[in-house]
Formats: sequence, structure tokens, C-alpha cells
Amino acid sequence: MTLANGWEIVVGLEVHTELKTASKMFCGCANSFGAEPNTNICPVCLGLPGSLPVLNERAVELAMAIGMALHSTIAPSTFHRKNYFYPDMPKDFQISQYDLPINVGGYLDLPDASRVSIERAHLEEDTGKSTHLGGTGRLQGAERSLVDYNRSGVPLVEIVSGPDIRSSAQARAYAQELRGILIATGASDGRMEEGSMRIDANVSIRKANAPFGTRCEIKNLNSLRSLQRAIDYEALRQVELLEGGGTVRQETRHWDELLGETSTMRVKEDADDYRYFREPDLVDLAPDQSWQDRVRAGLSPMPAERRQKLAARLIDPTSAQLDAVEVVIDLGLDDLVERAVDEGVSATLAISRAANELAASIDEVKNFSSESFTATLLMEQRGELSATQAKTVLAELLTHGGDPHEVAREMGFEQLSSSSLGATVAALIEEHPDEWTRYREGDEKLAQFFIGQVMKLTKGQANGKSVVAELQARR
Amino acid sequence: MKTAVQIASDVQRGASSADEQLSLSLEAVRARNEELHVFLYVDEDGAREAAARVDDVIAKGDNAGPLAGVPIAIKDNVCQRGVPTTCGSKILQGWRPPYSATVIDRLLAAGAVPVGKTNLDEFAMGSSTENSAFGPTRNPLCPSRVPGGSSGGSAAAVAADMTPLAIGSDTGGSIRQPAALCGIVGMKPTYGLVSRYGLIAFSSSLDQIGPFAKTVTDAATLLEVLAGHDPMDSTSLPEPSPSLVAHLNDGVAGKRIGVVTELIEGADDEIVNEVRRALQAFRDAGATVVELSIPELRLGLSAYYLIAPAEASSNLARYDGVRYGLRVDAADVTAMNEATRTAGFGDEVKRRIMLGTYALSAGYYDAYYGQALKVRTQMIDAFARAYREVDFLVGATTPTVAFAIGEKASNPMAMYLSDVFTIPTNLAGEAAITVPFGTGEADLPIGVQLLGPGRSEAQLLSAARVLELADGRP
Repeated sequence: MTLANGWEIVVGLEVHTELKTASKMFCGCANSFGAEPNTNICPVCLGLPGSLPVLNERAVELAMAIGMALHSTIAPSTFHRKNYFYPDMPKDFQISQYDLPINVGGYLDLPDASRVSIERAHLEEDTGKSTHLGGTGRLQGAERSLVDYNRSGVPLVEIVSGPDIRSSAQARAYAQELRGILIATGASDGRMEEGSMRIDANVSIRKANAPFGTRCEIKNLNSLRSLQRAIDYEALRQVELLEGGGTVRQETRHWDELLGETSTMRVKEDADDYRYFREPDLVDLAPDQSWQDRVRAGLSPMPAERRQKLAARLIDPTSAQLDAVEVVIDLGLDDLVERAVDEGVSATLAISRAANELAASIDEVKNFSSESFTATLLMEQRGELSATQAKTVLAELLTHGGDPHEVAREMGFEQLSSSSLGATVAALIEEHPDEWTRYREGDEKLAQFFIGQVMKLTKGQANGKSVVAELQARR
Repeated sequence: MKTAVQIASDVQRGASSADEQLSLSLEAVRARNEELHVFLYVDEDGAREAAARVDDVIAKGDNAGPLAGVPIAIKDNVCQRGVPTTCGSKILQGWRPPYSATVIDRLLAAGAVPVGKTNLDEFAMGSSTENSAFGPTRNPLCPSRVPGGSSGGSAAAVAADMTPLAIGSDTGGSIRQPAALCGIVGMKPTYGLVSRYGLIAFSSSLDQIGPFAKTVTDAATLLEVLAGHDPMDSTSLPEPSPSLVAHLNDGVAGKRIGVVTELIEGADDEIVNEVRRALQAFRDAGATVVELSIPELRLGLSAYYLIAPAEASSNLARYDGVRYGLRVDAADVTAMNEATRTAGFGDEVKRRIMLGTYALSAGYYDAYYGQALKVRTQMIDAFARAYREVDFLVGATTPTVAFAIGEKASNPMAMYLSDVFTIPTNLAGEAAITVPFGTGEADLPIGVQLLGPGRSEAQLLSAARVLELADGRP
């Protein structure tokens, strides 16, 4: 979307990601989504009087991995308390990093070659989860509020970009690329719908090259689609305001996915004073070089590198093929594709089937073996399955699993293997010596005769092209 | 009453039993607890079970630990699983922690028998135990006077021979000041020596658990049990528990000792006189005494009354009526938070929460909290310079002997000044001990304070032992 009258969108994103550690940030409770409410809790993550936090080293490693992937400097850091009252925050303060975060600076290059600067990526703990009954569904005015502290103390990294993003599409591309990085580092599963990656967008508008305008922070962006829609809505709202002679008020706004609108949550004047101060119950965090080196050595390739590697498998790729490569990387399907190509599947076919058929059933892919993928595509490539049949077999394998050959046979798809096809053709030649002679002398029409006979014998399971190939071989 | 070391020896060799010792202790509690209001809760059932376990271990011929069968009093800001823990506050009335502090586990493993929870100033904020929501504790030596605070109940339990040992917490003097006013030994160990896991926080960077005992030897024995690294406390020192009892008779021969002007100025003459007499005792034992001034110590009180309330304002935020303790219902959650905290906290706690909130607020942080942190750094440096000249320092523990109940209750500044000599050690994170030495007005006890660098507990205990012997106690 382009704004009218020379207005330009300016966006900075704050992305919170839950770290995929086995235990919580400051205690030994399990860090898992979807357990019965208030079952993964202990004195520490409940903030009981007398309890003390002890930092989870794995959380530090994942935070460093994120920083390394974003070209940040790993810096000596400290923890602070962010003080405010909220029922789902059991200590009524959040342990976070303030003026000295673990990851300082950095950048993220997007597939379109644009670069977005990273200001910081710091560690903090998550809060519990409130459910408000009655009223508007928010805390104030609710009849009853229920709190689940399972999420309390789950480790988070907040990644803050510079105000470098200039369109909602670029914002989406940034979030998507970042998501790929979070998954590649093993820091996150990137599941926005489960809240393991949450985005706040700071949106303002300005005329080209003018100083930045007043920004609004938009909360509750639970999908890439919401992110893009909310930024567009908010930018248009600000254009209308300014062109109508008004001013933008600095405030926090809530995105309503159903209405497709942002609305005021709180204005800056009544923003809390968080009274940050050093968390006296924790010691400073300064990972030494050998610890950093170990983390760096364990890093898997990042999406940009993987994208390049996969694209290199294609000869003179079209832009549609490059788009497909991007989809494969975003969905983390490149491993399946690479293995299939190593086993002899053409890169074009493997990328296409991954970007379309596998992408359509992405939730099922985690139970899908690379062997099944490769075997199905090889059958297709050898002509044993038609394209349509191969897609149907893939869909069946994704939903119900099984062996590709058996699935193909059960579905009545499996065409004759070349050896049995060869035997059938040889038998037919013996049975029909006249037709065979005419064919050998150049009457191509007789190929159709032999194909028809083969189809009759195999109840239609043979592939015409393969029959012709067998005939050609004996001519 | 026998010392803890004697009791442990009697119990271990079968001359007495843990259960018998517990009965003696409970008898002493029953005799005077109504009058003195030392214990907020006596955990008779739990104590009987703990004693029975000790007796079982001994019956099997095993060693029950260095505190076998020794009854001990626990300040009511230390969590003990299933035992009501109030912090002397209505806001926690009825709360039973589902877990035990590390020190409780260590005491039980050493054969000690926790008898119950002792009274304290609410959330350890005070110097007289008058700030307890459940009423003041009286000084066993003179019941019209305060026992000091905030660990007044624990000091009184030992002074009244209810238990030979007690544990307290010291944030600005809350062990040493009541120990001095009750005529017993009390020690504030180096920050991080004793795990704070399970100690309900007042000011996290200053709080430290420590021992009360009648003798230096008992205090050393108890501290050895309490000390040592705890993975549950990130600020816990990495080293194992130091060897203290083995060094008790090291003496002070050849030591250089500094008497600090700022740690006696403003004290009553009778107290200064006892400090001077203690210095002579050290000289007699072969030490050299020098006078020195550490002007930075004068800033301690002001810095303390910014840092401690700032941390407290955050530590005490969790008492919001949502999860445990008192809840006063109201129209919405914010109103409920306010009503609960208004009803649940006493005046002194509210005063410090407000002070601390103010000191941390945007626009005031640099002038107050930030400035106090700088003073704290200066104090650490000043102590470090002093310890390049001398081995340890001497001063008064308190400016006066035990004062009358009600005397300072309505004047917070006068009350705050009673901790002026003890606060610097907490700000520096170092060690200090008070040992009874002589008496003053109305035959009330006087404490002499010995201050040392971090991890100097063995040296301070052996020096305290020199004074104990010089004061005519075996």
C-alpha cells in the first residue's frame, strides 16, 4: 500500500519470542504450552515470599544465538526490575533487562535486499495469563478474573528494530525473516497462534525526508496478516488525522482483528513509571568468550544462507521458482527438499511439491519422513505416477502416513515397474509379429496398438510414454 | 541453661535426649511467653517430630549432627514448610509456606529442633519489635524496655533461656542491635555467606541471616551449620562453609585493630567506656590498637534509608491480595489491591514503601536512589582502605542500652538513629559481630561491635572470644 500525497510510513517493531527451553527462566518448572492451568508452578515462579530467582543458562544461550544471528554485539549485561501492579505478574514486578541488554545493535537483511537495523535483543520473563469474564473481556470492569501462572517466568527475548521499516509489506517480510531466524537458532517454534511470538508495532507517518512524526504503539498483533493490516489501517488513520488539521497523540492502541481497527488503550500521559532498578537477587551476566564461541559453533545456517544454497540447485531459476524457494525456507522444508535432491529428485520438482503440496498441510509435515517425500517424487519422476497421482499420494501420506509404494498401490495408482512392463511388451511382440514388423519399418501409428494392448493387460496401470520407450528399445 | 554445644554433646552421647531438651525449652517458653511475647507461634508438634527423628538417629548409633537435639528459635520472616509465617504483619496472617528456607533444611540436617517463630518488627522494619502487628516483645532482662529489633523475639528467646540458639536477619543491624540490648552474641555474616532462599525479603541487597547465642562458641557452631553455597540463591558465595570453631582460640596477638571515631561518637558515655575497656583487653591480649576516622560512615544512615526502602517498595509489591494472605474485597482489582494493602500494612511499612517508591520515581531516581548507590560505593572503598591499615575495626553496637517501650515509637528519626553504628556493615556487605561486654544504666548489658572485611568471620569470632574471656565468661 502506498500512501497518498507523499506521506511515508515509518515502522519499528518489537518482537517478543518465548524461548524453547525445557524449564522456565528462573526456576525448574516445565516450560510447556497447553498444560492444565496452574500445574507448572513453584514458589519461585509464583513469587512466593522468600523465593529467589536463579538464571537458566540455556535461556542465555538461546538469547546469544539470536543476537549472533542478528549480528549483535554480545555485551556484559544486568537485570532490572520493572515495577507495576498486575494480577498475572506474581511479584508485581517483571525481571527484565534495561540499560544494559545482552545483545546490542545488529541488523537483519530481508530477501528483497533491504536492511533493517536492530537496536537490542534482551532477556526478560513472561507473565501469567489472565482470563477476564464479563464486561469487555479486559481487566477493568470484569466480573471475575482467572489467572493461569503456567506461563509466569517463561523466558522471553524482546527484539527491538530501528525505525527503518517503510511499508507494511516490509514489516511483514521482517517479521517473517525474523521468525525463520528464531526457528533456525532453536530459540523458538515461531508459533504466533500460540503466542510464542508476539509483535508490537510502532507506527508513525511523515513526508519524505521530514523528521519522524509522533508514533503510536499497536498491541495484539497475533499474525503476520494482522501486522500488515494494522499498520495499513493505522497509517491511513494518521494521514486522515493530519490532513484534517489534527495531530497524532502518542498512545498505545489495541488492534481488533474482527473490526479491522485500532483503538486507544492508554495515552502517554498516564503511562506507568516503572521505577526500574537493578535486580538485587541476580548477579551480572557477562558470558565469557569461550561460552560465546561454543554457542556460535552450534549455530545452524540461517534462512538467507539456506535460501541461497537451495536457489543454487536451480538452473536459471524463474521468479516463480525463487518465490517457491522462499516459501520452502520460511516453512523450514529445505531439509526435506535437499535430501530428495541428493537422492536424485530434480530440484524443480522437489521445490515445487514442497512449496505447494507440503505447504498446504504444514501442520502434518512434522510427522512426515524425508524418505516418503523422496520415494513419492522419484516414482513421479520415473513416470510411475502421474503428477496428479503423485499429489494425491502425498496428501494421503501427510494425513494418514504409510509407505508410498503401498499407498500408491492401494489407491490403484501404481503403474507397472519397468521390468514387468518390459516383459509384457516382449510377450506382446511375440504374439503380434506382423504389427511389430510394420512398427519396426516406421509405421508409428502401431505404437498406439501396442499401448492399447498393454493397457488392456495391465488394467490401465501402465504409463504410455514408458510403453513407447520399451518399444523404441526393441526396434 | 546449658550451652548449645553442651546440649548437643549430652544428646549425642545419650546423657539426655532431644525430646527432653525440647520439653525443657517448651517449659521455659510457657513460663514467660505471655509476659514477654517472644514467640508468635510455637510449633510443638513439628518440634516433637524433629526431636524424635534426632533421637532415632542416635538410637541407631549414628551421629545426629553438630546441633543434635538443640532447640532453636526462628525469626518469623524465615519460611518453614507448613508453619505459619507472618513477618509480623497482618497481610500474611494465616499464610503457611509450602516450602522451607535453605537454613531450615540445614538446621534440621544438623540435628537442631526448631521450636517456633519469633516476633519481629513488621517485615523486619524497626529497631524495637514495637512495629509488630501482633504487639511488642519485652526485654527479658527488664520487661518495661524493648529487646531491640527487628529480630527482638529471637534475641529475647535466647536471653530468656527459652532456646540456647536463635536465627535472625540483619538488614541494618537487626541481629546485632537486639543482641546488644539483650546481652547476647549476635553476628551479621558477610553478604552471601548464608543463603537467603526462604528469607522473606525486606531489602535484598542488605538482608543476611545470622546467629544469636549466649556464647561465642555457640554462635560459631550455629554459623558453620547455616553457611555455605546454595544454588538456590544467586548471590550466595561459591565457597563451602568456613571453618570457624577450629579458629576460636586464635586470639588477637599481633593483630592491628582500629577503633573508629564515627562508630562511637554520639554513644552514651557508659557505652564508650566499655568500648575503651574492650580495647585495653585487646592490648592485653597482644594486639596493637590505633584510632582512625572513616568520615564516609556518617553518610550510611541516609544512604540506607533510601536503598532499603527502595528495594522494599518493590519486594513488598507482591502482597496485593491476589494469591495469598489477606484480601480485602472491593469493586475492582485495583481497589482490592489498595484496600488490602491499606488494611494489611502498618504505619512504618507504609512509610518506607512511600519513601522507596519516591526515591525510585522518574525525575527523583538520580537525586535519591542513584546518589545513595554512590555513597554505598564510597563506603565500600573507605572500609577497604581501612582494612589495608588494620585487621579489624571496633566500635559500639548501639548508642544506648535498651530503651523503654514507647520511648521512641512515635519518633521515627530517633528510632532510625539506634542503628547508626550497624548500618555501614550492611551497605558494605561485610561481617560484624556484637559481643556483650560490661553493663550500663540499670545494670543493662552493653554490646561491643567488631567489624571485619568480607569472609572475616573466623577472625571476628576469635576476637569476640577474647572479649568474652576478658569479661569473665568461660
